[in-house]
Amino acid sequence: MRLPSRPALIGVIAALALTSCGTGGGPDESSTTLTIAANSIEGGKNAESAQWIKQWVIPEFEKTHPNVKVLFQPSGVDDEQYKTKIALDLKSRTGADVIDLDGIWVGEFAQAGYIKPLTEVGGATVEQWEGWSQIPQAVQGLGIFDGKKYGLPQGTDGRVLFYNKTLFTKAGLPATWQPRSWQDIIDAGTRLKAAGVPTPIQLNAGTAMGEATTMQGLLPLLAGAGAEIYTAGKWTGASPAMKDALALYQRVYGGSGLGDPKLQQEAKGRDKSFARFAEGKIGILAESDYFWRSVIEPKAGVAPMKDRDQAVGYAKIPAKQPGSGIRGQDYVSMSGGAVRVLNPFSKNPRLAWDLLAFMHSAAATKAQLAGQVRISARTDVNDEVLTADPMLKYIADDVLPLTAYRPGLAVYPQVSTALQEATAAVVSGRSADEAATAYQAKLEGIVGGAANVSG
Amino acid sequence: MARPTSAADAAGLGTGRAIAFVLPALTLIAVFLVFPALWTIYLGLTDYRLTGTAAADPRLVGTANYTGALTDPRFLSSLWLTVLYVGGSAVIGQAGLGFTLAWTLRTRTGPLRRAVEGVVLLSWILPSTVVGFLWFALLDRDDGTLNALLHTPGLAWLLDHPLLSIIVFNVWRGTAFSMMLYSAALENVPPSHLETARLAGANVPQQLRDVVLPAIRRHILTNLLLISLWTFNDFTPFVLTGGGPEGRSEILPVYVYRVALKDGQLGAGAAISFLILLINLVLALAYLRLLRGRRQRRRHQEIAAAGGPPA
Repeated sequence: MRLPSRPALIGVIAALALTSCGTGGGPDESSTTLTIAANSIEGGKNAESAQWIKQWVIPEFEKTHPNVKVLFQPSGVDDEQYKTKIALDLKSRTGADVIDLDGIWVGEFAQAGYIKPLTEVGGATVEQWEGWSQIPQAVQGLGIFDGKKYGLPQGTDGRVLFYNKTLFTKAGLPATWQPRSWQDIIDAGTRLKAAGVPTPIQLNAGTAMGEATTMQGLLPLLAGAGAEIYTAGKWTGASPAMKDALALYQRVYGGSGLGDPKLQQEAKGRDKSFARFAEGKIGILAESDYFWRSVIEPKAGVAPMKDRDQAVGYAKIPAKQPGSGIRGQDYVSMSGGAVRVLNPFSKNPRLAWDLLAFMHSAAATKAQLAGQVRISARTDVNDEVLTADPMLKYIADDVLPLTAYRPGLAVYPQVSTALQEATAAVVSGRSADEAATAYQAKLEGIVGGAANVSG
Repeated sequence: MARPTSAADAAGLGTGRAIAFVLPALTLIAVFLVFPALWTIYLGLTDYRLTGTAAADPRLVGTANYTGALTDPRFLSSLWLTVLYVGGSAVIGQAGLGFTLAWTLRTRTGPLRRAVEGVVLLSWILPSTVVGFLWFALLDRDDGTLNALLHTPGLAWLLDHPLLSIIVFNVWRGTAFSMMLYSAALENVPPSHLETARLAGANVPQQLRDVVLPAIRRHILTNLLLISLWTFNDFTPFVLTGGGPEGRSEILPVYVYRVALKDGQLGAGAAISFLILLINLVLALAYLRLLRGRRQRRRHQEIAAAGGPPA
């Protein structure tokens, strides 16, 4: 082995000596570093969010905190993988100071002791933050577990049916379309198929799409059949509503040719569904407004559609029949949203709270929305900004009043996997009843017995 | 003065110094191999999870994880898939193709041999993710190269034949090792033996059976031991199929990944890892037994030929 050269050795020793002097002098602001972690990356997933952090948040925060250096730790992976990475970081008591999480993970992270209530980490100033009064209670709920606030919500979203107006015109369907029942969707699909559209309906299914199957597919259907996945302390098993929802999957994927079963099984199926919609090969697609603002967005989207504003329509998801949805509704939706939490193992928790509060200030929120209009958590900003995009205004005004949220319980992700497996079974040819029965058995194992399941 | 050496102490170090010499290595093995293995056994007895209450406060659940795994149809199908994957891609595919290449190329020299060896080696040294992506692009349903070449648009290789796809992929990927090992082994077969066999009228299968195989049997066993263990623990197919569709290419390493990291059941994952460890041990022991059996028999033969044991 070759020994390192003498100048290099001296350099290393000098560097060690210098840094040890620096840390020996007590708390020194010049060495303070804060890190932000998010599942976004420039040039990839959620690029506009990464740009906002790097080009706005960091320089602006460093301006008012001259001795603090802020770093950004990007990721651009599937949500499940990001979750694993963050969980492992926090388990080993390391990781970024301010962390992006899906609101639905808050419960299980809190139970594991990976995150702590904001007041415990950030101190008493948390309660006095000006932003609380601007965030509606339902949206604050995204960051609340067991009555305690663990995270600041970044905003919320809603699920609708997107449809390709060009294909609709070709099939002789109205360019402004609002189905009133599931049958209306199937009818439109049949017309599209007759007009030669390769994939008339894309309803996310299977395990490869992960939570997108549950959130964009099964849960809105379940709500349309009049049930929520968790009510009054019980999980919904193989109930009539669940069987109805799975039966609709069977109508789409069970040989009718209305949907493409293979697309649900592919490892990159969801990304492909995006690309196919943008290419004009899919007629109707159930997705969140994320699809509008981040996927087919004409300039920065991952599958951009130049004529999005003219060619893409959106409609509320109908209940099975008018009035058969939850709370007797005609239309339904599901909502979720991301939150930002503080790392309880942060070396500078107070400063981390300052950064977190700064990222959720009205000015920061506006700066973020300049890159991409979306429904933020703050009412004051929404009132000002949402007028710029009719689709998002539609979500805020017409869809959010109808929406429902997932239960923020630690066991939910496992239930969600069981739901995905039930849709996968239908896609691969089993009947809705069989899939529902298998799901019920699996669910009982997950939630601790039949006593916690309603059927 | 040199110490007196004995058969038991060939280096003449004495027990103390010998221990001092092996201690660093043993410490490393203990820290990085034995301790994690024991820790895995312990974790496998708990309900430890990545998140939730069981992450903060895991409880002992006895052998529930083991009985759970052994009665989980997905584990059993995964085990069967792994057996097919190892048998198809390593034992038959890599070893078979590797030997065929080594045998056909043994007498050749020059650019052809170098080209073939170069190509085979290249597929071996490329990083897994790169190779995975290339094969994904080859087999993709919509824009795949293979569909373009065969004029079969829309044929979903990875969905209709997931296991076959990853087997072919792994044969392509790992043949180089077997080829190189067999090339080296074949050089040890005395040409005179082959010549004699040819003169005696033996055809090629007979030459292989009676001359080549006995000479390189131990190489074959060593090669099979190594590649079956590697293939058994191979995670690369995940890059290609993600274990899908619906678990039809979910070999054991992918299954463990799904249970432990995707579903977050670290305890159950540890239990399955330990089961895999046991299967690996059994595999390794079986091969070693075969190897040792050969060696002892040969020594007996030598001893018999020399006319009894030495005094």
